[in-house]
Order: sequence, then structure tokens, then C-alpha cells
Amino acid sequence: MNIPMSWLKDYVSIEADIKDFVEDITLSGSKVEGYTTLAGAIQNVVTGKVKEIKPHPDADKLVITTIDAGQGKDITIVTGARNLKVGDYVPVALDNSILADGKEIHTGALRGVVSEGMLCSVQELGCDIHDFPEACEDGIYVFPEAVELGKDVTEVMDLKDDVVEFEITSNRPDCFSVVGLAREAAATYETEFRYPQIRVEEKGEGNAKDMISVEIQNPELCPRYIARVVKNVKIGPSPRWMRKRLRASGVRPINNIVDITNYVMLELGQPMHAFNIDTIAERKIIVRNAKDGETITTLDGNERKLDSSMLVISDPQKAVAVAGVMGGENSMISEEAEAILFESANFNGPNVRITAKKLGLRTDASGKYEKGLDPNLALDAVNRAAQLVELLGVGEVVPGMVDCYPNERKPWKLSYSPEWINRLLGTDISEEEMIAIFERIGLQVDAQAKEVLIPTYRPDLEAQADLAEEVARFYGYNKIVPTLAAGTPTVGKKTYKQSIVSMIKDTMISSGLCEAMTFSFESPKVFDKLNIPADSPLRKTVVISNPLGEDFSIMRTVSIHGILNSLATNFNRRNEEAGLFEVGKVYLPKAVPVTELPEEKEVLTIARYGNMDFYDIKGVLEQLFIILGMDNKVDFIPEKSIAWMHPGRTATLAVNGKTFGYVGELHPQVAVNYGIGTKAYIAVVEIETLIAEAVLVKAYKALPKFPGITRDIAMLVKDEITVKQIEDVIKNNAGEYLEKVTLFDVYKGSQIEKGYKSVAYSIDFRGADRTLTEQDIAKAMQQVLSSLAETLGAQLRDK
Amino acid sequence: MKEKLSLIHTKALETLKEISQMKELEEAKVRFLGKKGELTSVLKEMGKLSQEERPLIGQLANDVRQDIEKRLEEAKKRLLAAEMEAKLASETIDVTMPGRGAQCGHKHPMSIVIDEITNIFMGMGYEVAEGPEVEKDYYNFEALNIPANHPAKDEQDTFYINGDILLRTQTSPVQVRTMEKGKLPIRVICPGKVYRADEVDATHSPIFHQLEGLVVDRGITMGDLKGALAVFAKELFGEDTKVRFRPHHFPFTEPSAEMDVTCFACGGKGCRVCKGEGYIELLGCGMVHPKVLKMSGIDPEEYSGFAFGMGLERVTMQRYGITDLRLLFENDVKFLKQF
Repeated sequence: MNIPMSWLKDYVSIEADIKDFVEDITLSGSKVEGYTTLAGAIQNVVTGKVKEIKPHPDADKLVITTIDAGQGKDITIVTGARNLKVGDYVPVALDNSILADGKEIHTGALRGVVSEGMLCSVQELGCDIHDFPEACEDGIYVFPEAVELGKDVTEVMDLKDDVVEFEITSNRPDCFSVVGLAREAAATYETEFRYPQIRVEEKGEGNAKDMISVEIQNPELCPRYIARVVKNVKIGPSPRWMRKRLRASGVRPINNIVDITNYVMLELGQPMHAFNIDTIAERKIIVRNAKDGETITTLDGNERKLDSSMLVISDPQKAVAVAGVMGGENSMISEEAEAILFESANFNGPNVRITAKKLGLRTDASGKYEKGLDPNLALDAVNRAAQLVELLGVGEVVPGMVDCYPNERKPWKLSYSPEWINRLLGTDISEEEMIAIFERIGLQVDAQAKEVLIPTYRPDLEAQADLAEEVARFYGYNKIVPTLAAGTPTVGKKTYKQSIVSMIKDTMISSGLCEAMTFSFESPKVFDKLNIPADSPLRKTVVISNPLGEDFSIMRTVSIHGILNSLATNFNRRNEEAGLFEVGKVYLPKAVPVTELPEEKEVLTIARYGNMDFYDIKGVLEQLFIILGMDNKVDFIPEKSIAWMHPGRTATLAVNGKTFGYVGELHPQVAVNYGIGTKAYIAVVEIETLIAEAVLVKAYKALPKFPGITRDIAMLVKDEITVKQIEDVIKNNAGEYLEKVTLFDVYKGSQIEKGYKSVAYSIDFRGADRTLTEQDIAKAMQQVLSSLAETLGAQLRDK
Repeated sequence: MKEKLSLIHTKALETLKEISQMKELEEAKVRFLGKKGELTSVLKEMGKLSQEERPLIGQLANDVRQDIEKRLEEAKKRLLAAEMEAKLASETIDVTMPGRGAQCGHKHPMSIVIDEITNIFMGMGYEVAEGPEVEKDYYNFEALNIPANHPAKDEQDTFYINGDILLRTQTSPVQVRTMEKGKLPIRVICPGKVYRADEVDATHSPIFHQLEGLVVDRGITMGDLKGALAVFAKELFGEDTKVRFRPHHFPFTEPSAEMDVTCFACGGKGCRVCKGEGYIELLGCGMVHPKVLKMSGIDPEEYSGFAFGMGLERVTMQRYGITDLRLLFENDVKFLKQF
């Protein structure tokens, strides 16, 4: 909301300079986004008179003018303008002057003739034809009458003003107006607020009541409708002062009648509309719901299709306006209009908002209505408009009005307790001071009963907490002394789950991975990209009904799409390697379509490419399981059935037979789908299982006291036998002194029979209570070797 | 003999002075002090001396031997030092060459900020709470005093799943879920993802992060709100940080405020970062609306509380000077490795 200071100052005296004002009013609750000074840049541009016009000797399109700009001597200015004649009064930018856009003007030569300045158009003074309708469209501005010479044009033309941009919160519809902000400013500065003096002379003939009738069919959506009539209207431009204020507030001047409605809307916050009374059939206004499929062409020339939830202003034959949103073309004010009907009505805010949204037609009026206006404002507004008609002399206001107001909104009472307010604020403000604040914002105080009467324009004041805010605002938020709550002490902490997640992240980072952040919604096309079968339950998703587009339309059920995209980004930017991880959620619906909140499952996702293979990413997980104290119970089981993973290079993670993730190489086809031109490795781990299985407090094992003995063995086994199978046999047969089994070589090649591989282990033995003997070891090894031969067909190799 | 001894002494000292290698030192030792060395051979002639001369010469010979031994030792030290110096010189490397070793990964800048803020509040006794991102309309709006058709609902451009279920537009529903549990007093913060229908550009994203805080106890005042948040701001931005509270409006707090902090870039003088204001808007806050307390089953006559919430992307971007929000979601390792 943009407000010119000059307008505000009509209703409140403000002595502070603009900088202090914006800070003061911001701190009392009306936030200023910024301010601009109209014509602020203009310097050294004065009024002048054309004394002589001569042709330029060397340029057909230029003329040489002699100007008296009140400088003591005449000056010469060369101009290309064609609209000048001797005797014209014009704005003159002197040597070393500055125009509205900051451009500097200095004496210089134009085609060999010295020009000591410049004659200005309205554009060069930061205005346009809407500000000065009498101005020549593309020429020098000529004052309509004689002016004193050498005077600052910003004053003569009334160009300057400070325009303040306010951010008004939705709870304060009253502040969407000059008057509302003047009231706030007066309370801020503890100074007098002067409400506009509204008086209508009603010099027209007859009575509005005999000329028009109003029927409200839906009083819930239209609590009040007032109509006034103006006859013998003279449509034309409105005066400069009004146009200037409208323009400064961001509203385009149109004609005097429309300008008056806009002026009142800006000043009082009440939107108004003017109908050409001759277009209203039977001169009867009916406020009713639209019929489904009914259409109306609005003022902007667009045909709008309405439905029965929308409210229209209509006559017995046709709709003439969408209530609170925009008027119809069929009833607009034209140049020929003789009599008009001023509408000042109150409409239900939410309904206006929904209608405007459905029609895609947000207007200044709908923006005001949707905040919920005070129906009592409508009367002042219609009278103010009538007053302005009389002030501008553009018509005769017919006495009387039609005012349909079935349920009057009355002020309401609120009790206050100074103790309660002080307790909430942590202050020690006296009752007198609170009462003074209440009075400053227009509440009537009954100090005896400790009650205030709330004016109807303050619907936000509903309870004592709201009064506490008013007290705090004008006492000063920044005067409230900061304290540290004593109260009952609490322990600041993370949940167990959050601690585990922190450990997971720390481990990932110490493993060289960078933390990624990806979107949790994506496109349903993702499933095809990931080779996910058509009947997979993963395709059952939480669907967003109003997404930003298909690409963001479903909540993810697999966590890898975003991170694969990120790998592709890294690959395309020629990053040699990239290792990313994310702890994020997948969203699994319990039923489709969704009827209850989905399961939000947190997963760790790792994705990387670069100089590495499967065992590098597996190593990261092993490290994680060690940190979480669960390395001894996790199995890596060969897995061929994950559609987006390499079937020969993927393992499922399982603990006690329950799977909780997988790790492996991305399916080469999927890598191609994502544009990752190299092998990529993926791991996905369910956090839930990590939380359940982690053992953070680990039992200490005594450090060894006796020396250990190591035996190395190498064996030949069939290719398809996994080292896990071999290790299980060793562990199950090596007896009680087995300490550790370490794989140190796997070899396939020229000396090995095809279909076989050589596998070599170090086996460490150690006794807890004694030094082991040769016999102990021999016995254990014997058992190991024979079991390996028996169960896996392993042949011991001589080394 | 006396002359002979003195001659040996002089010769030995001269020889030792010139020695530059261990080998020469060994040779000199043998030559002067060895079993067949010069001093020994002179001493062998001691028998020829008179009874009176013998102790005197003996004493003298001892002195000479001791002095040569001492000098030998000194020379040895000198040589060892020189040797060490030469060895060290030969081992000199270019220490400006890059280091080798474990490549550590990096936390996402958002996580760094979230962790830091979380730690500050944990130090003040706040627990970390969580809640669902796919949330019920009731928790996201209604229980926060935002009834159907409230303009605030519109302002937030909500993604809906259906009429009752939506993607939370704020972390505030976690407040309600925490209060509903009925365990008092409450001191929680809740960082998390939130969703609003904003197209992606340099300063907007449909997914972003907020951090919410809630305190409910007997006798909590607006002064307590100011105190807690001032401490937080100083911890996050530095001891010299000043805060400023401006009245504002949120449906779920009353009184409501926005808190500005002095611009970290200019310290409050006014600059490009703070658009000349000297202050930067950091968070929204207020005293929990009695209606909200009541709806969650807490008696507003007995308890009061304050709540606050802030967007974390902006804090992160301002802190690191990141000018394009999209960088946060791209996950280019060249970007991530900077933090």
C-alpha cells in the first residue's frame, strides 16, 4: 500500500522527517517497506518564458529559443520541440541541473550553437500525460497560464511528495487506507487524529429512494448495500491534486467519477463502484448469487463465466457487476452518462477472495474486501464520494440514499486486567498508561468496569491478548526488558533417533562423502527412468492435487532419483569424482488414493562415481556398521532383483534375516537414462533398522595377554562359492581359540583351472588364559581344512 | 721429556683443529692416545726419570692426555653436529606441495546452520522435536487459529493432497503436536522441510527449511521471549549483535513480532546486504495465542508461552554470501566442498 505523505498529513500532524517517520511507524506496527520521493532528483529546473524563436542555421529540425528564466539575463536554448510559440511559459532546466531520472544538463553546443540548458517535457519531470492531461504528448510542457519566472517547477507544478510503501498485515483491514494509517501515526506520536469532515449538501432534486431500489437476496454474503444517486454528471478529467494523489498511490486516473471512487477507496479503505444509472433495468439493484454458467463481461473486456458460489450485483434482467471484484462493461460510466449510482457496499471477505481467485481477477477492490471490511465504513464512504462530487462540481447529489443494512454491526466490549497484561508482557506498565494507549487507538474505556468498547473497524481485537498487543505496540516492544525464563528446568537434547542420524552423517562425512539435499517430490516418469516394473508397489504414491507441474507432482517412494540427478550434474560439469549422501524421507501411502497420513520413512542414500568399485561403497557401510556397533550382525546377500541395480553387483543388507537396504552398482541402463557416463554406485539403508539394531554402549573386551599364532591357507574353490561361505565354514570349525579370519587374496588366472579361483586367508588364534601350543593349532586347522574340503570342495594349495 | 710432551700436546691440538671427518678423528685418537700412540711412547720412557721428576712429569702427561681427550670429544661433537646438519639439509622437501591423506567429506551448508542453531537452543534446554511433512490441515492451519477461508491460508500457497491432507507450509504444526502430548513444561525446537507453491528461482524454492521454537510454562512473558531470542542471535551472529522487535501479525501468536538483527555485513551502519536499513529481518515470533493453547488442551489461565519460527535458507545464504538458492539443491561437489 503506497501512501503519499501529503495525504496522510491531511489527517495527522507529523513533525518527524521522513526517515524517522518510517522507523517510528514501523516500530509501532505498520511496517514500511520503503519510500520514494517523487521528483526527488529534480534540481535547478525553473519556470521560464519563450521570448524569441529562430531557425537553427545548420539544422532543419532544431530551433534556437531565447528564454527569460528569471536569471537576470536571457538564455539561449536549442530545442527540437515543435509545439512552442513566443510567449509560452515552460519548464527550463538550467545549466547544471538534474532531471527526474537523474540525468544532468550542462551548457553545450548543438550543431554549433551554444545551448545553455534544456526545455522540459512532462516525462523529463517524471510525469506523464495522466498527470497533466493538457500537456503536449511529445513536446515541451506549456503551462496553461502565466507563471512567475525563475521559480522551482517542482513547487509550481506540485511535483514533490514522499510516497511511503506500507506492508499491511491481514488482520488490519482498517490500515489499508490513508485514514487508518493516519490513526496509527497519531497514536504513535500521541498527537491528534483528524477524521475527514464529511458533509454533503445534496443540492439535486428529488430523493434517491424514489429513483432506485435495492434488494439483498443473500445478506450473509452482502451485509450492507448503500446506493446514492448523482444527476447531471459532467464527466471529465479530475483536478491535478486528485490525479497526483491517485498516481502516487499507484492508481491510474481515468475520469472524475471513477477517480472519486478510487480516491475514497484509498482514503477510507472502502471500495466503491459507480454505475451508469440508465443501464440499470427498472432502476432496481438485486444482490444475488450468480447462476451456474451465467456470464458477464467485466470492465476489462473479458467475458467471465460465473457459478452459484459467486455473488453478483444485478438488475432484474442481467448481472451488472461481480460483487466486490469488478463492474460489468454493460453498466460502466461513459462520457455520455448523465446520472450515476454510487455503490458503497460490504461483502463477505472470504467469498470475495474465492471468487476473485476462481476468476483469476484480483483487483484493488477484491484485495480490500477479502480482508473483511467494517460495514459501518460504507456510509462514510458514500457520503465522502458525494462530497467530492460537490467539491469538484461535477454533478448534483440527489438527497437521500438507499441503505440496506439488515444486521448492523455494533461495537463490542472487552474486559482487561492490567495485571494479566503485565504478566503476559513481563512489564510493569501502569493502568493509567494502558488506558491512555486504549484511548489513543480509539477505544472507549470504562475504567470502573475495566472494559473497553471496540470500534467496529477493529475486528482484530477479540480478546485480552489482543489488547496486550496494543499496549505493547505503543508502550514499545523494544522497551520490554529481555529476561531469561526461570521456570522448570528442562534438559536440552536430541532424541535417540536424532543422535543416530548425527552419527550416520558424521561417518559419511569422514568417509569422504558430501551431504546432498534433494527435492522430496518428483515426476511419475521417474519410475520408468529407474526401470521400475509397471506393477511395482513403489508406483503407488502420495499425489499432490495442485502441483507446480508434473515434474513435482508425486511424493517420492524411492530416494535415489534426486541424488542420481545430482550425480549427473556433477558428471556433466566434469567433476572427476562425486560422492554424495542424503538422509531424507520417502513417503509411502497406506492406501491409494490417500485417506490418512502416509508413512514417512527415513533413509540414508549414498551415490558416487569416480575411481572406485563396489568394495569402496561397501566399505563405507561396513565402517558405519562398526560405528553403530552392529557390524557383527549385518549380512550382505547377493541380490539380482532390484530393477535399477546391476544384478551381479548388488547386495541386500540384512540383519537377523530382515532386509533393510541394499548396496551395489547402478544398472548401466539406468546410468544411461540419467546421463551418467560412468559406473555409479548406490547404497540405500533404512534408518529405522539402524536405530533398532545399533549398540552404542559397547562392552569392553580385555586386551590380549598371551601371544597369538597365525596360519595362512590358500585354497582352490569353484568360482560361484562366495567368501562368505568359506568364512562361515572357517568360523564354525576353527574352535574356541579362533580370533580373526582375514581374506588376503583372491586370484583367478593363468595358473588356475577355469571355473575356479584361489582364495587365501590368514587365520589368527589366541588363547585368553594361556599361550597356545602347536597341538592346539594343528587340531583346529585340521578341522578347518577337512570341513572346507567336505562342504565346499575346497582343495588346499601348496604355497 | 717435558718438551716432548708439550710438543705432542701442540701437535695434537693443531691436528684436531683441522679435522673434518670422523675417520680422521679416529686416526688422530690412535695417533696420539693409542697403545702405540705418541703419548704412550713418551710415557714408556718414564722409567728413565729420576724419583723427583717422575710425579711431576706423570702429572703433566696426565694433564696433556686429559686435555687431548677433551678436545677429541669436542671435535667429535662438532663433527656429529655437522653431519646431522648435512643430513637434514639433504632431506629438505618442498613443504608447499599438497598434502596427502584421508579425503574428508563435507556437511551441506544448510545442515551446518541447522546444527549450529540446534546446538544453541539445546544449550538453553530445548529438546529437538519432529513431525510429519505430509500433514493434516487441522495441524497446519485450524489448530493454529487459521480457520478455513482465512487469508493467511491463501498467502501460503499450500500444496494439497486432498481436502484434509496437505504438505505442511510451516513447521508450526509440530508445536501443536507437542502441546497435544500434554507434557509440560515445553521447550522444543523443530527444524524441518516445509512446502509452498513457489516456482524455483534464485530466491524461491517450493521446498525449503524452517526452524520453529516453542516454550510453554507457568509465567512465561514476552520479556522471556525477547531474552531467549537475543541470546540466540548473539550466539549465532556474534556478541555485538543487536536485536530489534517490530509488531507483526501471525494468527497463532498474540502479541506477535518480527525480530530484526543488526546486519552482520555492516554491523548496523547500513549497506547493500541490509538495503541501508542496518537491520536484517530474521524471524517471526510472539506469545502463543490463548486460543491455540486452549485447542491443544492447555489452560491459558495457568500457562503461557512463546513461539518463534524462521526460514533457514535465507540465514544460510546470507551467512555464506550465496546468491542463488538453486545451488543448495544442485549438489555440485565443487560447491559442497567449500563448506
